[in-house]
Amino acid sequence: MDGIVQLQRQLVDYTASLFHEGFLDDQFNQLQQLQDESNPDFVVEVVTLFFEDAERLLNELTKTLGQPSIDFKRLDAHVHQLKGSSSSIGAQRIHRVCISFRNSCEEQNVEGCLKNLQQVKQEYSLVKSKLETLFRMEQQILAAGG
Amino acid sequence: MESCNCIDPQVPADDLLMKYQYISDFFIALAYFSIPLELIYFVKKSAVFPYRWVLVQFGAFIVLCGATHLINLWTFRIHSRTVAVVMTTAKVLTAVVSCATALMLVHIIPDLLSVKTRELFLKNKAAELDREMGLIRTQEETGRHVRMLTHEIRSTLDRHTILKTTLVELGRTLALEECALWMPTRTGLELQLSYTLRQQNPVGYTVPIHLPVINQVFSSNRAVKISPNCPVARLRPYAGKYMPGAVVAVRVPLLHLSNFQIYDWPEVSTRSYALMVLMLPSDSARQWHVHELELVEVVADQVAVALSHAAILEESMRARDQLMEQNVALDLARREAETAIRARNDFLAVMNHEMRTPMHAVIALSSLLQETDLTAEQRLMVETILKSSNLLATLINDVLDLSRLEDGSLQLEATTFNLHSLFREVLNLIKPVASVKKLSLTSHIASDLPMYAIGDEKRLMQTILNVVGNAVKFSKEGCISISAFVAKPESFRDARIPDFLPVLSDNHFYLRVQVKDSGSGINPQDIPKIFTKFAQNQSLTTRNPAGSGLGLAICRRFVNLMEGHIWVESEGIGKGCTVTFIVKLGIPDRSNEFKLPFVPKVPGNHGSTNFAGLKVLVTDDNGVSRTVTKGLLMHLGCDVTTASSSEECLRVVSLEHEVVFMDVCAGLDGYELAIRIHEKFTKHQDRPLIVALTGNTKKVTKENCMRVGMDGLILKPVSVDKMRGVLSELLERRVLFETV
Repeated sequence: MDGIVQLQRQLVDYTASLFHEGFLDDQFNQLQQLQDESNPDFVVEVVTLFFEDAERLLNELTKTLGQPSIDFKRLDAHVHQLKGSSSSIGAQRIHRVCISFRNSCEEQNVEGCLKNLQQVKQEYSLVKSKLETLFRMEQQILAAGG
Repeated sequence: MESCNCIDPQVPADDLLMKYQYISDFFIALAYFSIPLELIYFVKKSAVFPYRWVLVQFGAFIVLCGATHLINLWTFRIHSRTVAVVMTTAKVLTAVVSCATALMLVHIIPDLLSVKTRELFLKNKAAELDREMGLIRTQEETGRHVRMLTHEIRSTLDRHTILKTTLVELGRTLALEECALWMPTRTGLELQLSYTLRQQNPVGYTVPIHLPVINQVFSSNRAVKISPNCPVARLRPYAGKYMPGAVVAVRVPLLHLSNFQIYDWPEVSTRSYALMVLMLPSDSARQWHVHELELVEVVADQVAVALSHAAILEESMRARDQLMEQNVALDLARREAETAIRARNDFLAVMNHEMRTPMHAVIALSSLLQETDLTAEQRLMVETILKSSNLLATLINDVLDLSRLEDGSLQLEATTFNLHSLFREVLNLIKPVASVKKLSLTSHIASDLPMYAIGDEKRLMQTILNVVGNAVKFSKEGCISISAFVAKPESFRDARIPDFLPVLSDNHFYLRVQVKDSGSGINPQDIPKIFTKFAQNQSLTTRNPAGSGLGLAICRRFVNLMEGHIWVESEGIGKGCTVTFIVKLGIPDRSNEFKLPFVPKVPGNHGSTNFAGLKVLVTDDNGVSRTVTKGLLMHLGCDVTTASSSEECLRVVSLEHEVVFMDVCAGLDGYELAIRIHEKFTKHQDRPLIVALTGNTKKVTKENCMRVGMDGLILKPVSVDKMRGVLSELLERRVLFETV
């Protein structure tokens, strides 16, 4: 019993820290609310979907920026997609970076775009690892019977 | 003409006679010549002399006479012929003129004499006119004095000032020595000296009122001369040497307000008088003239009027002061009453809440307790607790209702309700109680009783329940019958309901309910009391500690508010009683019937979702967003279909879908889609609602959405609650544009 309580407390603290550091925002709470008996793995499903989507988009972005003549419109479209996805799950920091990325695209600022891309990739990997840790902790609790 | 004084020395003896004749003739001639001169001189001086030519004639006559006499002087001695001729001529002329003059004077002298008489006459006339002038002037002055006096007197409404001014002015006008006013005392038996002209502080002389001289003065409204020696006139030590001045007394009517009846001039008999005494200066030998007496009378009347005005004014000021005081007192009383009412209302409001809260707790917990496992003894106790607290709650409600009824602050509601089901409910409520007491309950609802009526359902039910409840309460055995029917106009003319005047109209009817029981009955003498609140029926057999005495009082108030009447009949103790009441209810017209309480209740925002099975389509090319939105709608119970592109959406969308959610972030695609959906369903009435879901907060977005015919716009992020609210509003209003 004690172990579960401890684990749960750890989970709560961890989640709180994620919010505190700005990785996640209220939208993530909304997602968690939507999870119920009819939809027990809703959050995991959505987040997994996000990971797949984000990785695809990041590859596209890298490819487009690697072209000699950069198609900014296409770049913008992708970033727009990524922005939408990240805001849907509440990945706040990625969302913010996407906004500045879009500005760079509008300005057709290659340097800026490259920098933004770097930032996005960084943020994405951070959030991915954090969320994976979160899910692992939940799994542990479930396994322990809590 | 030379006059010669030479004396002829020839004739010495008759010389003396001659001399004298000579001198006389000379002087005669002189006189005869000077008279016309004088006449001419004086006539010239006077302006008026009508007979000038007579004067000429007369002058000629005199001149000729004179000439004759003068010429005579020469005839004393021997004279020549010429002288004789001249003499003769002169004499002849003189004779002619003098005869003419004599003849003329016959005509003239009467005329002259009459002039004289006329002159005398005119002089008399002038004297007379002078006298009259004098009289008029005196009268006019008197009039002026009266006016001035009146003005002075009437310029003030203060009693004392009026009287004082009168005396002063009279004294001045008539140059009186003393002027005094005697007023009747409170007892009315004496006259007291109140005001005098000369003396500053009159000592309180009194004279009895019934002296003959005073009666004489009071009996007429004229100024009466009285003797200076009578008591009213003897005001101070007699200081004159010879005679005291003439005294006149006049009455001054004193009017009180009570003398003035409306439309009725004060009667003489009710008047009281004051006495005004006026004294002329002593030793002046002045007498009272008629015009002075008249002046005094007029003044006395004016004083009376002024005094009465002053009295009226005093009276009205006193009345006004009284009214003001009363007003202030009433105002205070009203404010106190208001404060009391407000205090009571506050108290009631507080007590209401304060009393009800614990009551609710007790009742709720007791009923909960009832449902747990209890021993029989405990159950009994709990039931008693419950019953008592229910009674107490009823009592609290009754007291509150009654106080609100008394206030007049209770207003009946007017809703449409089912009359038949009301009676059914009453019966259902009462049947168990009646069957426990082994009373049989029969009801008879008339067939022509309308199904629906407009009125205050709750209070009507309360009334019926109260009446029926009483019937059950006070019956130990037997049966209770309830009947309800529409009251016919004939039944209104009932001796038992004398003050009830129903008004018949097309949209109202009168419901008559009669509850008969075969219980303990009421003594006919007690019947009036049963509607009085808190009055218990003291009869031994019917003493019921459970009643509060308020029920019927409240019923009556309700029935009265419903413009009806309630009454009780009983033949006596043990013979049961019948309670009947008539109330006015409205008749709902046809259109109202469809607004009856079959309207499905609109669910609240936080109730259980009634979106169960609501078919929606979610279009979003972003997989994550799509999944999230889908999850959200599924959580709310909707049946969600998804489309990841516009083409897929168009393929999938059908009339089954109630709402289509689409993301319009992707440029114009969403708008295009909306137009295409419109085209697809133009021929159909209930196409799905198209709602844009976007995180785009630009104003132009909203305009674009409206332009393409979208039914709604919702901003991301959307929480569960927000989606719930949005969906219900959408379904209700068919449109929802969130403000950007």
